[in-house]
Amino acid sequence: MKAAKLVGLVALLAASVAFPQVFPNPAVTTIAIFTLMYATATAAWNIFSGYTGYIALGHAAFFGIGSYAIALMCMHWNVPGGYLPFLLVPVAGLITAAFAVPIGWISLRTRKHTFVVVTIAIFFIMQPMAFNLRSITNGSTGLNLPIPSGWGLKFNFPFYYVALAMLIAAQIVSWWIRNSKYGLGLLAIRDDEDRALGLGVKTGPAKLAAFVISAFFVGMVGALHAYFQESIFPAFAFDPLFDIAVALMGFLGGLGTLSGPIIGALILEPTQRYFTMQFSANGYYLIIYGVLFLAIILLLPEGIVPTLSRYWAKWNPLRRGAIPGKAEEVSSPAEAQEGERVEL
Amino acid sequence: MALILDAVLTGVFTGGIYALMASGLTLVFGVMDIINVGQGALVILGAYLSYLLQRDYNIDLFLGLLVTMPAMFLLGLFLERAFIRPIKRDRTTLSILVTFAISLIIEGLLGIAFTTNMVQSQAWYVTASFQVGTYYIAYIYVFVFLLSVVLLGGLYLILYRTKFGASLLASMQDRTAAQLIGIDVERVSMITFGIGVALAAAGGMAYGATYSFNPGSLYDLISRLLVIIILGGMGSLRGALVASVGMLIIEDVTSVVWSPVWATTVFFVLLVVVMVVRPQGLFGRVAGRKQ
Repeated sequence: MKAAKLVGLVALLAASVAFPQVFPNPAVTTIAIFTLMYATATAAWNIFSGYTGYIALGHAAFFGIGSYAIALMCMHWNVPGGYLPFLLVPVAGLITAAFAVPIGWISLRTRKHTFVVVTIAIFFIMQPMAFNLRSITNGSTGLNLPIPSGWGLKFNFPFYYVALAMLIAAQIVSWWIRNSKYGLGLLAIRDDEDRALGLGVKTGPAKLAAFVISAFFVGMVGALHAYFQESIFPAFAFDPLFDIAVALMGFLGGLGTLSGPIIGALILEPTQRYFTMQFSANGYYLIIYGVLFLAIILLLPEGIVPTLSRYWAKWNPLRRGAIPGKAEEVSSPAEAQEGERVEL
Repeated sequence: MALILDAVLTGVFTGGIYALMASGLTLVFGVMDIINVGQGALVILGAYLSYLLQRDYNIDLFLGLLVTMPAMFLLGLFLERAFIRPIKRDRTTLSILVTFAISLIIEGLLGIAFTTNMVQSQAWYVTASFQVGTYYIAYIYVFVFLLSVVLLGGLYLILYRTKFGASLLASMQDRTAAQLIGIDVERVSMITFGIGVALAAAGGMAYGATYSFNPGSLYDLISRLLVIIILGGMGSLRGALVASVGMLIIEDVTSVVWSPVWATTVFFVLLVVVMVVRPQGLFGRVAGRKQ
């Protein structure tokens, strides 16, 4: 089983590395890059929200901070287009993480339900800042980034591989946290925070650390996105739809699972891009997106990965010729609870 | 000084509008533990309905409420029954996503029906004003303020003087316990959601008469409403009232003494300060044990 998993992983990795070589069409690679970036953001969001159960709906603020950080660095240091701005992406991530410390410290003073609203409010505080701090952000005119040149028709390739590297890094961190004592502490917070505190989990620092780690990756995604788009505006850098898209991808794939965020992003991002391209002219895409959204939440509230793994658990003992009574036992509430925590 | 006094007065009057919308939001949170981020879209929908009735059928804005409020109440019942009640787990979070989806759909529909041009409801009292001392106050501000007082007074009577109100307050205190003593919590939830949406209709009419709006205005609205209910304390009606009026006064005074650009930011900074000192908001209950 372990070997099969490893082979699958290597195959998946090889496929994603080969993808742009096989489909060099810029329209395809553009969608692939967006998908990878959203997958990274969702994986990072999952490190905090999925593991601790604290749903943050303000990560678009970090996306925006990352975008502005790289744009300002490029502008003030006269960075030329090319490979150099990619090196600034992690720096932008670090800057975002530095912002996330006070933001997290303030918002994590509240408990679950209020926390959700506080994160939304913080996003709405940051967005007008980008409009109003004109001397820094250039207001609604936005900022331009250096234009990458010299890559010709393979223009998208460097972005694709950087996005892929970011996704892999986020996945490794997520996997490491999931399998560490620290990650167990986070999961304990999700299940019962007061008890976790009583059992010696330092809940405050643990939550804050997860928050900052996820902000770091989301800031990097924002930075890469900004460089890819070559210009940023307050309305696009701080976009409420980003918050919702990331949360929706997390929920669709399965909250707190390793592969869930990627599966959610793989399904939703291309779909959304397609709808936006097809229907953006007449505003119907909002309705289609909303309906899609409702359908996912009402039909698959647990997400794809937990649902599938529950079916797998149900089906597996039957295959081994277990008595039918066993199958019922599997679908008992206790097992269903277990299903939430299944790791794929 | 006179300008500041004027700003305070305007703040009190327009604060009533936000009090209407925010009380619906905080009431729904208190009873159902869900956060209706669609409230902004519903307010804009209410604004457009009043605007439409006035423009096409020449029905006065305030009289039109007799049509729009019951209609939006029914819409609220439908939304709760169809989309909120089926959510079984992670209610709070999933409710945010569901109501956001509803908000997107409403925004899309309104964009198709009315385009994204800014409009404002028209009536004689929107433009006319009267003189008090040296100030001119538009009639609409006074009328809207009176409307908020009447509706919030009515809400108070429903909550504290009727049997339904008692069951609502009981569900707010403890959902399970309320169920145990025989309160039909699901029915209470449904009606509460309807009341919240009906208040959004009234707030929308007032908003549409005092500001120009388009379908995209909902983002501005929902951000303010969320901040108001956090500051007041989630689930606290009194908090929502105080925070609405406080927010508008601070905004108006800031735009007079400093710059309109920074009006909302000052309020948000105040929110952050309050969060540091009192995470549960001005009148909120503490969630979980103290750390």
